[in-house]
Amino acid sequence: MTRESGMIYALCFVLFMVGLYCVVVKKNLVKIVLGLAIMEYAVNLFLILIGYRKDGIAPIIDGATDAKTFAAASVDPLPQALVLTSIVIGLGVLTLMVALCIRLYERYGTFDITQIRRLRG
Amino acid sequence: MSIIPLFVAIPLASAFLIPMFSKRIRVFSDIFANVTTFILCVMSLGVIGRNAVYTVGLWKPPVGIAMALDGWSVLLLVTVNSISFCATVFSIKYMEQYTSKLRYYSLFLLMVAGMNGVVLSGDLFNLYVFLEIASIASYALVGFGCQHDELEASFKYLVLGSVASTFILLGVAVGYSLTGTLNMADISARLPHDSSTFIFMASCFILGFGLKAALVPFHAWLPDAHPSAPAPISAMLSGVLIKAIGVYALIRLIFNIFGLTPVLSHILLFFGTASMVIGVFLAIGQWDMKRLFAYHSISQIGYVMLGFGLATPLGILGAIFHLMNHAVFKGLLFLTAGSVEYNIHTRQLEEMGGLRERMPVTGFTSLVASMSIAGIPPLNGFWSKLIIIIACVQSGHYIFGLWAAFVSLMTLASFLKVQKFAFFGELKEHNKGVREVPVGMCLSMMILALLCVGMGLLLVPSVRAQLLDPAVASLLRGTEYAAWILSKG
Repeated sequence: MTRESGMIYALCFVLFMVGLYCVVVKKNLVKIVLGLAIMEYAVNLFLILIGYRKDGIAPIIDGATDAKTFAAASVDPLPQALVLTSIVIGLGVLTLMVALCIRLYERYGTFDITQIRRLRG
Repeated sequence: MSIIPLFVAIPLASAFLIPMFSKRIRVFSDIFANVTTFILCVMSLGVIGRNAVYTVGLWKPPVGIAMALDGWSVLLLVTVNSISFCATVFSIKYMEQYTSKLRYYSLFLLMVAGMNGVVLSGDLFNLYVFLEIASIASYALVGFGCQHDELEASFKYLVLGSVASTFILLGVAVGYSLTGTLNMADISARLPHDSSTFIFMASCFILGFGLKAALVPFHAWLPDAHPSAPAPISAMLSGVLIKAIGVYALIRLIFNIFGLTPVLSHILLFFGTASMVIGVFLAIGQWDMKRLFAYHSISQIGYVMLGFGLATPLGILGAIFHLMNHAVFKGLLFLTAGSVEYNIHTRQLEEMGGLRERMPVTGFTSLVASMSIAGIPPLNGFWSKLIIIIACVQSGHYIFGLWAAFVSLMTLASFLKVQKFAFFGELKEHNKGVREVPVGMCLSMMILALLCVGMGLLLVPSVRAQLLDPAVASLLRGTEYAAWILSKG
């Protein structure tokens, strides 16, 4: 692994930690939702980075190139397919979360989780 | 035509068909959902003793997605589908209290489809997708009542559940970068066990699935989420969901993909004992009936993990058997709590009392389930706890065995409390007019109570060879799992 690519992975990990920090520390429902979204983007980015190759070609095979040289030059398409699925799942979770936030706001009149504390013990 | 994909396809299809066709005729949704879960239940009993690999789209593993059926999956399939049948029978009358039964059944069947998918999947990313289907449906079902508590519990569960899912996805990604494949068997064959990346991946999975299974340092969401859901959903969540998407997946990965090492085995022992002890101490002080049961779920999952951590054939047998038993008696306990709530509209133990006279079936089935979870012979909970304790002694872990026996006593104490305050004692004035719940709800509670009494028979050698022994064998063969899948494909 070269120094540059190591740097990218490190930044990706930092992004993940920013999201986790946001979820754990912030008191506002909307900020927690944003934190979760950031965490998920970090993982998606990580998936893409796994399959990435510097100066790689798009993973679309045409009749002209043979399979060996194609495999040596193209980026890995599988993580991209995974990211598509993961984005769709993320959309579902995000929608549900935002809907819950709206309902919670209707009931409690606040986004502050220190005031939404009926369940304890 | 293989039967394996139908376990996912049937509930998925009916989840979409129910809201489409039963808008006009209300009763159609009840019939449709119950028939679906009944068919699934019969199918799962039909596959007992079978081993098969199904390749999706006829792509051979490791290229294509594989679905694998072995002893350990069959056991979970039987548990999931039988409990979900009982829960849908219970739902017919119980869910009349809520609006929009159609959406309820739809989400319920999505959850079942997700769980069946998780236990059958032979592909790591596919497992993640099914896990998310089951989880998202369960987040929505926890908040189904849309009251203050339900929404709060649902949001808490959703946040922690999403963090868990993100860690699992990170684990999948690291696994792919390490081995270049997503097929579980192929990963197992190529995994370099001594690299630090492997340790990172394993910790991501343990954290993620530990959160989903509510092992003790990660248990904060469970006592809020499980009591807030409607009773049949509490039964499903505590009874099978934490097992199918938490325990099953973690144990499959540790035993069959990573291969059990002493370090991993000690991690399981530690988490198991911590959950067992802390769960029961938190439970005993509770006055909310369903919350008390929810804390006991943490404690009983601890037993299961302890049994797996011992990693002896007897320990695994005990763990697997306790997992099935817990699904039955915890499902039953939540259903009885639901019946009480259906009648007197409260979950507080102080406001109950003497309900046994007015609700004989609920009182009796609840007594059976309480004795079963406390480990009174000859009910099913006794046998599995006994096996786990014997396995502890046999493998020289005396301290763990002692803890297990102690926790069993504490469990007995807290269920004596439930029985004393809820069903025995003086009948309160404002509960004089209470009547027994409708027949459908009684029926599903009686089925589960019968199972509580009869499941000890699963240990008879000829019966054990059908269900429990294959499950133990499929875990004990360890990483040979890979060779089995790749040769069948």
